[in-house]
Amino acid sequence: MSDGSSDPTLPAGILDGDTAIGKRVPRESAKRLVAGRGRYVGDISLPRMLHLAFLRSPYAHAIIGDIDISAAAAVPGVTHVITGRQVAEVCAPLMGVAHHRPGHRSAPQHVMAVEKTCWQGEPVVAVLAESRAIAEDAAELIEVDWQDLPAVVDAADALSPDAPVLHAEMGDNLAFQFDVDTGDADAAFAAAHTVVEHDFRFDSQTPLTLEPRGLIADFDPSTGGITVHHSGQSPFQMQDILSENLGIPEHRVRVICPDVGGGFGLKVNVYGDEIAVAAISKIVGRPVRFLADRLESFVSDIHARDHVVTARMAVDADGAITAMEMDDLAALGAYGMARRFSVAEGMMAVTMMGAPYRFENYRARTRNVYVNKPLVGVYRGVGMPFACVAQEVLADKAAAALDMDPVAFRRQNYRRLDELPYTSPGGAKVDTASFAACLDKLTAAMDYDHLRAEQAELCGQGVWRGIGIATFIEQTAYGPPYYGPSLARISVQDGCTVKLEPSGKVRCITSITDQGQGTWTGIAQVVASSLGIPVDDVEIHAGDSATTPFGGGAWASRGMAIGGEAALKASLALRANILALAGAITQADPAKLALRAGEVVNMETGMASISLAEVGRVGYFRQDTLPGDFDVELTVTHNHAHNHQLYYTANGVQGAYVEVDIETGFIRLLGHWAVDDCGRIINPLMVDEQVRGGVVQGLGAALFEQCLYSEDGQLQNGTMADYLAPMAAEMPDIVVEHVETPEASTRLGAKGVGEAGTIGAIGVMWSAVNDALRPLGASIHHQPFTPERVLDALDRANAGSENGT
Amino acid sequence: MKAPDFSYVRPASLDEAIGLLVTHGESAVPLAGGQSLLTTLNMRLSAPELLVDISGLDELRGIDVDGGTVRIGALARHVDVATSPVVAEHLPLISEAMAHVAHVAIRNRGTFGGSLANADPAAELPACAVVLKATLVLAGPDGQREVAAGDFYQGLFETTRQGDELLVEVRVPVQPAGQLFAFEELSRRSGDFGIAGLAATGQLEDGGFADLRLAYLGCDDGPRLAAAVAAAVSGQGGPLDDRQIAEALRQDYEFSDVPGLSAATKVRLAAVLTRRALDRMRGAA
Ligand SMILES: Cc1cc2nc3c(=O)[nH]c(=O)nc-3n(C[C@H](O)[C@H](O)[C@H](O)COP(=O)(O)OP(=O)(O)OC[C@H]3O[C@@H](n4cnc5c(N)ncnc54)[C@H](O)[C@@H]3O)c2cc1C
Repeated sequence: MSDGSSDPTLPAGILDGDTAIGKRVPRESAKRLVAGRGRYVGDISLPRMLHLAFLRSPYAHAIIGDIDISAAAAVPGVTHVITGRQVAEVCAPLMGVAHHRPGHRSAPQHVMAVEKTCWQGEPVVAVLAESRAIAEDAAELIEVDWQDLPAVVDAADALSPDAPVLHAEMGDNLAFQFDVDTGDADAAFAAAHTVVEHDFRFDSQTPLTLEPRGLIADFDPSTGGITVHHSGQSPFQMQDILSENLGIPEHRVRVICPDVGGGFGLKVNVYGDEIAVAAISKIVGRPVRFLADRLESFVSDIHARDHVVTARMAVDADGAITAMEMDDLAALGAYGMARRFSVAEGMMAVTMMGAPYRFENYRARTRNVYVNKPLVGVYRGVGMPFACVAQEVLADKAAAALDMDPVAFRRQNYRRLDELPYTSPGGAKVDTASFAACLDKLTAAMDYDHLRAEQAELCGQGVWRGIGIATFIEQTAYGPPYYGPSLARISVQDGCTVKLEPSGKVRCITSITDQGQGTWTGIAQVVASSLGIPVDDVEIHAGDSATTPFGGGAWASRGMAIGGEAALKASLALRANILALAGAITQADPAKLALRAGEVVNMETGMASISLAEVGRVGYFRQDTLPGDFDVELTVTHNHAHNHQLYYTANGVQGAYVEVDIETGFIRLLGHWAVDDCGRIINPLMVDEQVRGGVVQGLGAALFEQCLYSEDGQLQNGTMADYLAPMAAEMPDIVVEHVETPEASTRLGAKGVGEAGTIGAIGVMWSAVNDALRPLGASIHHQPFTPERVLDALDRANAGSENGT
Repeated sequence: MKAPDFSYVRPASLDEAIGLLVTHGESAVPLAGGQSLLTTLNMRLSAPELLVDISGLDELRGIDVDGGTVRIGALARHVDVATSPVVAEHLPLISEAMAHVAHVAIRNRGTFGGSLANADPAAELPACAVVLKATLVLAGPDGQREVAAGDFYQGLFETTRQGDELLVEVRVPVQPAGQLFAFEELSRRSGDFGIAGLAATGQLEDGGFADLRLAYLGCDDGPRLAAAVAAAVSGQGGPLDDRQIAEALRQDYEFSDVPGLSAATKVRLAAVLTRRALDRMRGAA
């Protein structure tokens, strides 16, 4: 009965028939949001609600002396002025260490600073007033007796013996170190025909969601419970934290995520100021709203990707990679990130280095240090871009050294399908992959040979173009073995409830959240396909820790991969129940019935026997017509987690064509191609846009975005005018194509795709720009590639050639 | 951040507007398109008590040409100037520069007069006004006075406008037929303020430049004619190289480091732009 579906346990045609799966269904919320009917935290107002503004530390590192709040408290309209010390009395500090990472250290982080501040922007005093404007007026009047301390800003300085130490109890600033030693790297490098190396610097970035962070906390002293409206990615994580840190029983904590304007990881991190808002609501017994404005977002949102990396690659005379080496130094900001462990960036960098390629000898180290800057957290791609950048730049250099075409070099060194599954020397597990198939599709899509010819021709005319190629693996949808041992209470299972309404329409209640990705549309497609109904007949409800199944929410490219599978399980179970009920109503054998176009159909005759609406009517209103012992179950919940699966491995290859103006250092993006394999594609429209959006964020990282700090730890470009986000005019056309290798461990076969674009785009820009500079003897080492850095790279090359080196 | 508390008034006539500025003195500021002013309020960089919204003063609108002079009302919006056939025909330098002024949404509100009055050293239009010998017409309690653009700019966001004066219109001499001109700018993203740029006009005589007027943006604290560059370029037989141009630029302007961009790079970029502008002018001759 399977019509080509790979899984005979699935009813015919669900995955590959003419159903909603695989269709370009537009995002369900698009029309509503464009119509202005979005409901974000900022749109919600509760009776007796107070508005909160923080006084944040103006210093990167300072002792907090006396705090004089008298002038602020006297401002008309101000109701409370609350210090970090008062909040600490009702709220336990956060602790960001992973228990499964020996040696990982941090210090307790008060949700608002108590005795000293460790970054410019750390919250110190909260002002509550009738309006945010009044609260801001009053916050300006607070006087704090600051005792400024020396600050450490660069990772490279943090381990020096005379560096200021952030957390005295730790003795130094080393948060964590991890070493990898596989095979015999020394011997392999010694025996190599050619060794290439490169050093890399990445300026820190911040994710920049369109809607800044915000929440309304409403503690009810009469019940001892709290309801929180939160612009977040995981209501469940927030529920758990509030319960733990505020000592409120979990079933009395309800977290609702209304419409959320962008996440990118930013909103799954744990923010002291947000926990403080809940604690303050508990202190004052009134609803309290805090909406971060853009300026405070820059100094309080997570930062990311503050790394210095050196890496080497050894190859033999035939162009086979024999060894790699990576040394990563990462700044983590002021504290370990509670639950999300900022060490993830470095860990991913060293484990994933070179993972698409065949090689056996590997040495790597990541060292993570605390500095006086905002906390580092998980941001789209996390540490995967470092591995991609390092391996791809080295692949290009090795190919150049051997006079090989970089595409041929990659193809030769890719792991073949018959090597799957494998574990890379860094420890990355790869079950399914399609490197060569992606590369073939990419080179065809970009007309690689033509671009190479054009590049060579223009080079002779003084036009400097570069072609980049970057292969990457995206670890998606992390499973229980990943977070479980860390003892972090992070749920990697997700649940889905599907409910037949009496009219035959369906409600789907999922623990997956959606900040604009379109995952809910994809989940609705899975439900619709499974039940043989139009997508429009499915309504999604989500984002409420009290009413949905418990789950993870949105992060790590997991929504479709895990939430889609849970939806499939639940829908298939509901389907079986519906058919059983239809069988009871029509006195037919349920095994001979199917669901199609809103009707129960007899598979043998192909005739519709009864509509879903009739099933609903009888199931809910006319049980009297059913056999006495027949149980009607038209609401079904299922969960999904693959207990022993670390993650689902997605992969892809990107290509880029750029032109460098060697007089100005400006880089023009001429074309961008992405071939991605995220397993089964439920909604090609959403997947393509995920890839494109991700690519743009990666191009932002490579070319524009940087948090610029002064030596004393002051952010110097914390506005949207000075921190350059990528904008449409500079973006190239982005061609997206796919290879589909379904995830083997699930029936749906979907893998994640949220981070692919970003990982590959960062890698491919390093490849492309260095390719353009190569004939000039120059290379670039510091991201973003600002005009000044490009010019400096050219100057270094010129100075080198003048000196005869 | 939220703007500090302020009062708002939208006068119906120029006299009323000036009267308000006189009465309230330092604590009142004119509000035109608001595209610069409101940002400074929201970032709490300034805290005026009264905003005098001049957008209802229709006499400050309009673009027309009368003999040898183009009159651009202070309230002409960027979008009006950018699409004006009068400007395209008679002030092609400004037409060229407009492509670099902000993004569409901002151009729909931001005004020509607001940009000139604001005196942002990175703005395009003040540099054009200086090069094109524009005259700024200011109305105050004692009537109107005229100030040459070259005298108007006094430094970072500073002009000779008194607090109780309004810029009402700008008179720009029609660019003579055959005049060479170019506008060049580098900005990281289209629509951003430039990191360096210049407006240039001149003639070519006997293979060399004459009457060369160059004013730069993003290079110092305001638009001023770059006399040393003009002299160096005019005096020279063949084209100067970038190093020579940079040397002259350093005599004209004081370049300073900003986060992410050193003074040295800025001079270098300004020199490249200068060469490109002059090459284009030569090519057009
Ligand atoms: C994101 C962004 C990008 C931008 N990019 C650019 C750019 O690339 N190039 C550029 O040139 N500009 C740019 N701008 C600024 C924009 O052009 C502004 O419109 C312009 O600088 C000010 O015009 P306005 O009418 O908005 O003036 P307002 O903001 O209303 O006023 C600015 C100042 O001028 C004073 N003022 C205004 N009109 C008068 C008048 N008639 N008489 C006396 N004083 C007056 C006000 O009191 C205030 O001090 C940008 C703005 C933004 C927000």
